[in-house]
Amino acid sequence: MANIKSQILLVICFVSSVHYGCDEVFPEAPVENELLDGPMEGLSFSEQNQFLVGDIAFNDEIFTPESGLGPMFVATSCGSCHPGDGKGHPFTTLTRFGQTSPGQSTNLAVGAPQLQNRAIPGFEPEKLPDGVPFMKFTPPAVTGLGFLAALTDQQILENVDSLDEDGDGISGVPNYVTPPSYFEQKSIHEPISDKIIGRFGKKAAAIDLLQQTVGAYNQDMGITSTFEPIDPYSQLSTDPEVSDQTIRDVVFYLRTLKAPIPRSEENTVVLQGKSIFTEIQCASCHIPEWTTPESDITALSNKTFYPYTDLLLHDMGPELDDGVTEGSAETFEWRTPPLWGLGLSPDSQGGEFFLMHDGRAKSIEEAILMHGGEANDSRINFKQLNETNKQKLLTFLKAL
Amino acid sequence: MKILSSIYNIAGYILVFVCLNHTINAQQADSSQLQLNMDAVYNRPFLQTGSFPVAIGGYVEAQGEYFVSDGISEGVSFKIPRMTLFVSSTIIERIKFLSEIEFEEGTKEINIEFAALDFEFHPLLNFRGGIIMNPIGAFNQNHDGPKWEFVDRPISATTIIPATFSNVGFGFHGKTYQKQWVWAYEAYVTNGFDDQIIANNKGRTWLPAAKENEDRFEDNFNAIPLITLKTAIRHRKIGEIGFSWMGDVYNKYEEDGVVLDQKRRLDVLAIDWNTSAIKNLNITGEWVWAFVEVPATYSQQFGSQQQGGFIDFVYTILKREMLGWEKASINLALRLEHVDYNIGSFEETGGNIHDDVQAIVPALSFRPSSQTVVRANYRYLWETDLLGNPAAKTAGFQIGISSYF
Repeated sequence: MANIKSQILLVICFVSSVHYGCDEVFPEAPVENELLDGPMEGLSFSEQNQFLVGDIAFNDEIFTPESGLGPMFVATSCGSCHPGDGKGHPFTTLTRFGQTSPGQSTNLAVGAPQLQNRAIPGFEPEKLPDGVPFMKFTPPAVTGLGFLAALTDQQILENVDSLDEDGDGISGVPNYVTPPSYFEQKSIHEPISDKIIGRFGKKAAAIDLLQQTVGAYNQDMGITSTFEPIDPYSQLSTDPEVSDQTIRDVVFYLRTLKAPIPRSEENTVVLQGKSIFTEIQCASCHIPEWTTPESDITALSNKTFYPYTDLLLHDMGPELDDGVTEGSAETFEWRTPPLWGLGLSPDSQGGEFFLMHDGRAKSIEEAILMHGGEANDSRINFKQLNETNKQKLLTFLKAL
Repeated sequence: MKILSSIYNIAGYILVFVCLNHTINAQQADSSQLQLNMDAVYNRPFLQTGSFPVAIGGYVEAQGEYFVSDGISEGVSFKIPRMTLFVSSTIIERIKFLSEIEFEEGTKEINIEFAALDFEFHPLLNFRGGIIMNPIGAFNQNHDGPKWEFVDRPISATTIIPATFSNVGFGFHGKTYQKQWVWAYEAYVTNGFDDQIIANNKGRTWLPAAKENEDRFEDNFNAIPLITLKTAIRHRKIGEIGFSWMGDVYNKYEEDGVVLDQKRRLDVLAIDWNTSAIKNLNITGEWVWAFVEVPATYSQQFGSQQQGGFIDFVYTILKREMLGWEKASINLALRLEHVDYNIGSFEETGGNIHDDVQAIVPALSFRPSSQTVVRANYRYLWETDLLGNPAAKTAGFQIGISSYF
């Protein structure tokens, strides 16, 4: 009898240890503002369905040689470059080359504009031609892109100050790019001489999310489509390896991903850091607040959001001049990257920061100190802050 | 005379059934006897009736589960992962045949997992040919659901070793006894893997992808056979330890005399063990390493080295008559698992490549007999992606039944 009692006690201890041994019986969902992925609020059921289909194509569809991967490629899926819809890791950094001055053809070097540094078995990857200047691009976060895509060209142009008429040292110019053949002009676009303002990519060379998506399938994964039927390996047109519907679903997914949610917004230190951000002129380019116009997606219409970008090109100084460019951008000009979600970067970059266009900055502070050109005054202002105020600013940026 | 003969036959078959049944029960109840993992294929209960020349058997598994992944649940689901039928026959003395046909998830997949003839020349020299289960690790051969206290199969045994992994081929096996010891070996050449193991939609080196090749039972992908070797030794009171290896060239390097690529090897090493040295406690485990030659210019997400394993502790807390079942038992169990699908570091940063999984599975089981198990598991799983971002956490409860029939 004593033996049975002791065994029953053992069972109770065992079950209890199971219950209390883990942090929780069922893992709780991460706090919403700690996550980058997920749909924006207000989507209809049919929009949620399309979002889900796009989500699967973006995050779960891994291409193989059988399904069209390569033969030369950089990554095997969209999600491998943008894990959790966040910033990418140097493992999937892109190498771009071929155009060394504004307005040139992008294909002046063999294999340009992008290096496909990997190849399926039995094939050799592309090699960078000797002596050719190049730039590396760390994949950006893709959350909130729909809000940026919804803005009108006119809204972007309102912040242009190419002659620095206000004398703040900040100019800001749009990158006017030649649209691809499949470009679908909308009422938000204001073409000039058949060129359209680009707003996506490190050099703002992609006009819209369709161009960005088609380009990524083609140049990053070697996947051809009816939009871009030329295979980067053979340079010949091939049968489409991804359907138009999948491309459209992925574009819809990108358009309807939620915007990153700031954390600790009411925290005193964060609020003080936000003030410092404006005081030292970071906000001159990293414009905090925007409002969308009417959109075909109701959830995107008339929404105020906080991306901290002006979507314009700025001279960032010789230290960030890689000698390569895209569209009408100068080699030393870079589009102001959105700062929303900055603090969550380590959650998608393997626990570290890889900031600036090529991941060369390993911390937010390092990234600030790498700002030159038009941002030089802000850099000097940052350096002159006392340690307490620097930490306040950094706390604010990590809360984005 | 015919009636008398039939009675003798029936009596004989019943005797065979009882003996086999007894063997199984004995193996389950008394692990000190000299049965090895490699014997698992024949060490099953069979039923033979009348003058029917074959014996049949099988097992079924069914389960219900509720899991939550990072706060999101897919709800309750029920499934029947597999139902397996065995058919065996002693054709003439020292020549026997056994087949194992598995129906997975209803009839989603129907596989012949084993269908081989055994010719015994000597206990140390048996020839086996047909569809065989490659003797890599222990679980691949000893995988019957009713033998385990856990609803899910071990992760390493199904995703590094792609259990159940069987192929067409031939080879030899044998064993010898010496007092408290038994030593055994197996050596086979079979069809093998293919290049889907590094070209699959899992996005990682994934040996189970080779099972997608529907032609593997009729054609060797690259004409180079997969060699599988295993040796195991068991002491009646201590337990068993096995060492196994399988290896071949996995890729299509040549076709119609045209060289397409260089040869790339796959090698898998495994060590398995089980012991009942401590009263009422069974400890079973397996550790496996996979080495795959991946082209240097391919993506690093396809690892060239993998490793993983599991260890099960099963403690019988009560064994007595319960609810009218004479040899019923209640067992507490715990499984610890770890798999690293990509051992290495990123060329770009020098940082560790992750892509790993850890799991802990406490379990409670009730066995009305050694052939039937009702089991309740709690499973907590941590999955870390390639880059080492915060792990995805999944946990849930599983209740399952499994029984030979």
